[in-house]
Amino acid sequence: MTLNENSQNSAEQVRGGRLVSLLTWPFATMGRGFIGWVSHMGASTIFLCLACLKVFRPKQLPKIIEQVYYIGASSVLIIILVSFFTGMVLGLQSYHALVQFGAQGSLGTLVALSLVRELGPVLTAIMITARAGSAITAQIGIERISEQIDALDTMRIDSLGYLISPRIVASIISFPILTAVFDLIGILGGYVSGVLLLGANPGAYFYRVQDSLDFKDVTDGFIKAVVFAVIVALVCCYQGYFAHMREDGRGAKAVGLATTSAVVLSCVLVLIADYIVTSLLI
Amino acid sequence: MDTPLIEFKDVTKRFGSRTVLDRVNLQIYEGQVTTIIGLSGSGKSVLIKHIIGLLKPNEGRILFRGKPLNEMDKDEMDECRAGMSYMFQDNALFDSMSVYENVALPLRETTNLDKAEIDRRVMARIEQTELGDAIHKYPSEISGGMQKRVALARALVTDPRIVLFDEPTSGQDPVRKNAILGRIAEYQRRFGFTAILVSHEIPDVYFISNRILALYQQKIVFQGTPEELEQFEHPFKDEVIQSLEGLQQELTSLYSKRQFKVRYYAQLKRETPEKTYVVALFTLEGMGDVIAALGHEAAQEGIRCMGTLIDRHFGAVGGFSARLGMNEFVTVLPYADLAEAGDILKDLIEDFKGQGIQDISARALRRAASGGCVEFTIRVGLAQGQPISGIDAIVESAKKQQKEVARLRCDS
Repeated sequence: MTLNENSQNSAEQVRGGRLVSLLTWPFATMGRGFIGWVSHMGASTIFLCLACLKVFRPKQLPKIIEQVYYIGASSVLIIILVSFFTGMVLGLQSYHALVQFGAQGSLGTLVALSLVRELGPVLTAIMITARAGSAITAQIGIERISEQIDALDTMRIDSLGYLISPRIVASIISFPILTAVFDLIGILGGYVSGVLLLGANPGAYFYRVQDSLDFKDVTDGFIKAVVFAVIVALVCCYQGYFAHMREDGRGAKAVGLATTSAVVLSCVLVLIADYIVTSLLI
Repeated sequence: MDTPLIEFKDVTKRFGSRTVLDRVNLQIYEGQVTTIIGLSGSGKSVLIKHIIGLLKPNEGRILFRGKPLNEMDKDEMDECRAGMSYMFQDNALFDSMSVYENVALPLRETTNLDKAEIDRRVMARIEQTELGDAIHKYPSEISGGMQKRVALARALVTDPRIVLFDEPTSGQDPVRKNAILGRIAEYQRRFGFTAILVSHEIPDVYFISNRILALYQQKIVFQGTPEELEQFEHPFKDEVIQSLEGLQQELTSLYSKRQFKVRYYAQLKRETPEKTYVVALFTLEGMGDVIAALGHEAAQEGIRCMGTLIDRHFGAVGGFSARLGMNEFVTVLPYADLAEAGDILKDLIEDFKGQGIQDISARALRRAASGGCVEFTIRVGLAQGQPISGIDAIVESAKKQQKEVARLRCDS
């Protein structure tokens, strides 16, 4: 075999190799993505279990109260604002739809069921994600990149117990309460637009609200709120805690990317979980 | 020698394809100050993070009192880490907490002490580190130097048995730098903990270190006393020591010990054997009392002033000087005899009585709690030598001649 034939063969081999890698590229990418996803799922499950176990350490109560204030009490105003206008829009749209069938008397039913079963838990979770969840990720992320979490470990302070557990418990306490506030203010918002502004019957509105809501509707809404609380707290804390391990950025950029991921992922997971929980509860 | 407190056996650490530590072997002994020196980025911080458990080696073993860390169960590991404390290079202070809360954090979270006891211990450390004015401030509201002292206070507040200091003096002015090193040495003597330092401050760290470990090209190439390091012949010495060690010591503006010897050999070894020269050895005695009464910074101010005056008075007649130890200076006067040296010495002491005392008192006044008056003495020995005799022998002779030339009194 001549030198020329040899070089021709190796060029063909290179071309063949490129073709194979081009064909396998989508599978390799999907495989890497899947392995990464499984790895994150495993890590976040362990993360959640460890954080839950550390809830029962001593000296947790003051930290939980502090986080309930931050996640819950500080979010009340924005929840009131959003729920009031959500209720108003719901009242407005529903009134105009119902009036065509002469069924404006059912306005209270529509507003109450929409809010208590779906809109209340979902919008509350999304609003808390935007207000408190993003801040949790950013705060924990900065503590991670500035070695504050390492400092906790060197002081033998369990960083999961100190930073994560109180936030998870505080979310589980705050989400249902804020959901209840959302439902209540939303119903009032529906009353303002449907009754006070558009002239629906006030007695019928409140009668329908009371009549159409079962206790199960309320408890189902709270169950959803608790599920969303765990999802939002887990995703936001996890993204911040492991901000330093991101492959797409380092330092402040990693914290920014972690915060974005936390908000987007929390919202998407809340909506997916909403469907799953609803289908299980219905 | 006893069993090492901490021992590395063939420890290798890689980050991706980059090897930071390559089969590192070292021993750290209990109750000593051990300093790890090396160039920036050579892996010194990585090395001490293995000791505290923040990093795990890819290969090799780390032994604590002879037992490998990786074979310890959780309780043993907890017990091993219970007495350790770590001062981070970038301080790692909690920026959402005040200075007081930062220092109190380890006591609040890891002990069952009552509030009054925690307050007492925290305030004691805050006073010792001269942070009394900043207790309610947040880290972002204080200078980098003060942040360093907060980190130092936090590292010491739990009375640890082993303290790891990662660049404890970076970002400090020369007086504070030496004050921090002095404080570490004093605490180490007082409380008997094992101190492990990472530092660039050559030669300042020599004055407080029992052992030096030299990290060079991913390996520990030297372990021994600072005196043994002087005799160590290795490319490390040329590349690292010379680049880290300035020609002059930062605090006193005097030559480093090595540069002093280089100058001595360059200037006097070429002279004829009959030529004579004078060596003066100064010691500031009682600086421990100055530290106790007026603080580390006041003491360092006195040392700085003494160095400056020695340089000014003896440098003017062709002399060259070095700081030999914490409170010890040596001067060679190639062109003077004993009588001339004695005359210059008198002027120097007079100047120190004015300027030195004033500087020490001014620095002492900055302390929140100043401690009245204190006495210290200056001892000086003069000796005549010839180039044929080595400098060490003449310095030893000057030491034997030392006598008290001034007893000074400082008030805050």
